[in-house]
Amino acid sequence: MKIDDTLGFAFRSLRGYPLRTGLMLLAMAIGVASVVLLTALGEGARRYVTQEFTSLGTHLLIVLPGRSETTGGPPPLLGETPRDLTLEDALALLRSSAVRRVAPVMVGSAPVARDGLSRETVILGTTAAMAEVRNLSMAQGRFLPAGEASRAEAHCVLGNKLKTELFGNTSPLGRFVRIGERRFRVIGALAPKGQSLGVDISDVAIIPVASASALFNRVSLFRILVQARGRDAIPRAKEAVLEIIRERHDGEDDITVITQDAMLATFDRIFKTLTLAVAGIAAISLAVAGILIMNVMLVAVSQRTGEIGLLKALGAPGGQILHLFLSESAMLSLVGAALGLLLAGGGLVLAERFFPNFPMAAPAWALLAAVGVALASGLVFGVMPARRAARLDPVAALSRR
Amino acid sequence: MICLEQVERVFQVGEETVYALQQVDLTIQPGEYVSIMGPSGSGKSTLLNILGLLDRPDRGVYRLEGLDTTELGERKQADIRRHKIGFIFQFFHLILRLTAAENVELPLTLAGVAAGQRKARVAEALDRMGLADRARHRPDQLSGGQRQRVAIARATIMQPAIILADEPTGNLDRASGTDVIETIEGLNRAGMTVVIVTHDPELGKRTGRQVRMLDGRIEDDLRRAS
Ligand SMILES: Nc1ncnc2c1ncn2[C@@H]1O[C@H](COP(=O)(O)OP(=O)(O)OP(=O)(O)O)[C@@H](O)[C@H]1O
Ligand SMILES: [Mg+2]
Repeated sequence: MKIDDTLGFAFRSLRGYPLRTGLMLLAMAIGVASVVLLTALGEGARRYVTQEFTSLGTHLLIVLPGRSETTGGPPPLLGETPRDLTLEDALALLRSSAVRRVAPVMVGSAPVARDGLSRETVILGTTAAMAEVRNLSMAQGRFLPAGEASRAEAHCVLGNKLKTELFGNTSPLGRFVRIGERRFRVIGALAPKGQSLGVDISDVAIIPVASASALFNRVSLFRILVQARGRDAIPRAKEAVLEIIRERHDGEDDITVITQDAMLATFDRIFKTLTLAVAGIAAISLAVAGILIMNVMLVAVSQRTGEIGLLKALGAPGGQILHLFLSESAMLSLVGAALGLLLAGGGLVLAERFFPNFPMAAPAWALLAAVGVALASGLVFGVMPARRAARLDPVAALSRR
Repeated sequence: MICLEQVERVFQVGEETVYALQQVDLTIQPGEYVSIMGPSGSGKSTLLNILGLLDRPDRGVYRLEGLDTTELGERKQADIRRHKIGFIFQFFHLILRLTAAENVELPLTLAGVAAGQRKARVAEALDRMGLADRARHRPDQLSGGQRQRVAIARATIMQPAIILADEPTGNLDRASGTDVIETIEGLNRAGMTVVIVTHDPELGKRTGRQVRMLDGRIEDDLRRAS
């Protein structure tokens, strides 16, 4: 029997029982669609996080005060408080050739007021380098000017939301706001950027680090952002940072350096594992669909004994009957898988419309794997009914009408 | 061409042993027209199934054109059924979801004949059965006699040497039954060996040779001088 005739015969048999075939296809389609959609969701989460991290800035190292002990060991008896990170520490890091820019960050909270409007706001004290290190773009005016970092200039840059709260749609440039007890001239406003890893960069006021130091009456930095000269320079930059700070802190290793790449890699790994796990769970539904195929085919075999007996009487050997029934299972799973892909495609289009910021996308391997598993489960679970058909005794099969 | 020697077929039903066939010797020459008659349960269908290689004897030898079929494997037997034997059943055994033409086409399809050739042969076979205008009808849109003629077209499409019919008129009224028998006799005149199982003595009288069975044995075997 020719292959196209085998497939044609299988196709007609399936068409002969439209309800059963339809339900079977639905089960298979849902299985495949859920694998694809859940994988797309996992992949989307991974991309989202990666994107968020990259938007922090490139080749970034974050220097935190205090040592995060990862090697275990007993904690020190008396809580030895780590030395503060200071502006001088930050500027010293520029000595390393692996470091391109350094942005010290001092964080505090103070009321920002204008014409009786007042808002408790996060205040970031930093330097001009911040704009490049964090990829900040301006909506109006300019960022803090480059210059002597230790000079407490009385000017500020407003986050987008804060600017709108205080000035509405009018230009804030050249106007004055009161932060704490001091007056600052507004020189710029940030472009809307939204959330950036939990910190709402649109609801801040940015002032020179020296002004922040005076405002909050302290010298300790919240952290130092360091931009390495390139991707390859990141490990060297990390070494240099540790060494310079150790030297300045009397030989103590009392800081923690986190590299963005390391964080990215970790998240990447976590999300990939998560995606695989979710896809695996969804694949169980494909196995369930496979068992449904087996059930449907078993019913088909017992309903069609007369037909099977006839085929044998017409000279079809068992092997040919096996092929016919396996083709039906394979066709069910393949067409079901195709419908599932369509369904998943529709789901992705809808998701894209409702959550445009979430980059959901099904990776190619997931599509292939879903279709592969669908076909495999159709064939594996189709073997038993097909063998049963092939082994039917023709006399017994024909005597039942 | 057909030669059975001491053929025995035994069924075990619970404790009981049922001898469906015992010590059956039967030789049929090419072109013969044979009826097998006898009371219900006498082993007629069992004999026909063995002749058609749908069943195997438990003992004895069945030679078909000199070839000992009892030794053959499943594939080889299927091959003989495909090319040498055409079956006609009491209940037609047409596939309901296929049209008359597709039912007739089935043996050609199973044998892997190219689609182009199939169409012409099917049209010709249906035409011979006077069913040219019913080609696209489904079995449930046909009368009993028409269904049986579709089945005959299917049984003969591979031009087998032997036609085996188990009560081909059992489900038909007298008029369409006679019609079907005349069709089958036409095949015999064209040179096919025909073996018919029947309960109908009228029909039995028409055949050149009448085999009577009783309790799994051949009681008598009459040849009409012609
Ligand atoms: N599969 C089977 N299992 C057990 N016994 C069987 C089987 N097939 C046939 N028999 C027995 O073998 C005997 C012959 O059966 P067979 O069908 O050949 O009779 P028959 O002459 O065709 O009868 P009828 O005229 O009713 O069709 C019967 O006694 C029947 O009960
Ligand atoms: Mg019978």
